[in-house]
Amino acid sequence: MNGAAAKAIQASFRLQLDGFALDAAFAAPATGVTALFGPSGSGKTTLLRCIAGLEQAAGSLRVNGETWQDETAFVPTHQRPLGYVFQEASLFQHLSVRANLEYGYQRIPAAERRVRLEQVVEWLGLERLVERRDPARLSGGERQRVAIGRALLTSPRILLMDEPLSALDTSSKQEILPYLERLHRELEIPVLYVSHALDEVARLADHLVLLDRGRVIASGALAETFARLDLPMAHFDDAGAVIEATVAQHDEAYHLTRVDFAGGSLWVGKVAQPPGNRVRARVLARDVSIATQPPHGSSISNILHARIAEIRDEGADKVNVRMTVGDAQVLLSRITRRSRDLLDLAVGMDVYAQVKSVALMA
Amino acid sequence: MDALGADDLQAVWLTLKLASVATLLLLLVATPLAWWLAHSRKWYKGLVAALVALPLVLPPSVLGFYLLLLMGPHGAVGELTRALHLGMLPFTFAGLVVGSVLFSLPFAVQPIQNAFEAIGKRPLEVAATLRANRWDRFFSVALPLARPGFITAIILAFAHTVGEFGVVLMLGGNIPGETRVLSVAIYNHVESMEYATAHWLAGGMVLFSFAVLLSLYLAGGKLLKVER
Repeated sequence: MNGAAAKAIQASFRLQLDGFALDAAFAAPATGVTALFGPSGSGKTTLLRCIAGLEQAAGSLRVNGETWQDETAFVPTHQRPLGYVFQEASLFQHLSVRANLEYGYQRIPAAERRVRLEQVVEWLGLERLVERRDPARLSGGERQRVAIGRALLTSPRILLMDEPLSALDTSSKQEILPYLERLHRELEIPVLYVSHALDEVARLADHLVLLDRGRVIASGALAETFARLDLPMAHFDDAGAVIEATVAQHDEAYHLTRVDFAGGSLWVGKVAQPPGNRVRARVLARDVSIATQPPHGSSISNILHARIAEIRDEGADKVNVRMTVGDAQVLLSRITRRSRDLLDLAVGMDVYAQVKSVALMA
Repeated sequence: MDALGADDLQAVWLTLKLASVATLLLLLVATPLAWWLAHSRKWYKGLVAALVALPLVLPPSVLGFYLLLLMGPHGAVGELTRALHLGMLPFTFAGLVVGSVLFSLPFAVQPIQNAFEAIGKRPLEVAATLRANRWDRFFSVALPLARPGFITAIILAFAHTVGEFGVVLMLGGNIPGETRVLSVAIYNHVESMEYATAHWLAGGMVLFSFAVLLSLYLAGGKLLKVER
């Protein structure tokens, strides 16, 4: 899935705007969610607009083997088989919810329709919204779900989402995230997801393209890129590692669930998922402490055997420690510089990582 | 003696006909013009906007005077219409239509332009990502969303044409059944001291204009609410 052969999107753009220059190139795989991540003003949205053809930049773009833009050609937006979800829902106010959903559907040839209205209604829970007359009366989260459905009904070959949650309040976000996760599992098309929220990216993305001041500063698989200490994310307060795990066992007595991953297992609060289901866990660096001896008499039940791979200073008083658990899994820990010196931590050392808390997503 | 005569009714009919034809033509001219003014970033956009707005500030007689010269036998437009075997425009109904369209142009362009500008680029971009081409976007998104602007433009252009006097007098004169519209008829009655007949026509105009403006404001309020 992460193979270089499966790069479905190859983009390279240069654009000079007032006080801002975009000079970005990246490739994204044919499946899964690729997050375009970076602070505001880093050019994420502009890059997405270039891919949609809403912005005419110099450069080239190939999607699923088709050239959408190069030195000589520029396919106009309405001829690109893409779905675009804008930051604010932008439903057509003069059309009913159903007419909004069908707007793009009616404009593609019948032979190219691979998604039906009933499917989208079911995926996005639109049963009670589809017969509403006035889209202005929907809540923010409802409007955004309709907008996503409307985009999907064009049977796009690629889905572009520009911070679809950023205009929503926390409860609307929580309402819509499960639908996005479901799309993530069911859609067989690549999704480009613009965001500046680390938790959203950790939850939804498989690949990461990191932007800063109009340039791509890193890109790669989510878990690897997230755990790199040389990137700006390592300085975030909520820096941490992402673990792909499988539900293994429920402990009814203590209301806990064990999830397994390559290299170990973690006990988490009981989840409502049957054994065998894939889940994603996020372990923040600040929630991981390090011991050089196997800890005894600790209240922390998740203790993983790990090997230190990298140590970097973080501010004046702290260090970030990157560890590997098993062969592939990475874990981050943020400890004080003094602790590092007291424990004499160094790259290559075998240690015990004590995980204080695990956030399970999906 | 004091009731309306056949020639008065003819003037009323002619006025309504002139206003209807002019409004229809105005929509055809003003819509692309308003679209261009709303979206163009050309340097000469301000020049065009000023030209369109000129009838707002010019005395109608000035506009009528220059149109008369332009469309007369020695004017550029006059020579063109003669070359096309259309004859001379001044003192004809067609001439009045041309004058009215120019005179009422800002009243049609500005509400439509404002409506297009209020829509912004976003709905059109959304439509483009949903496979709508340029014309499709215009007809399926821009036009329906700009409906309040069009309603305002229609009412203002129609009412403004009904009420015009200066341009008509300079350009059309006073030919019964051809160019004698309501405002000219009222002027004639006053000139001949037929105040009672003048009252009928003038009072009717007051009522008509008030009704038009009232409907405009009532509909405008309602349309604005729908838009929110």
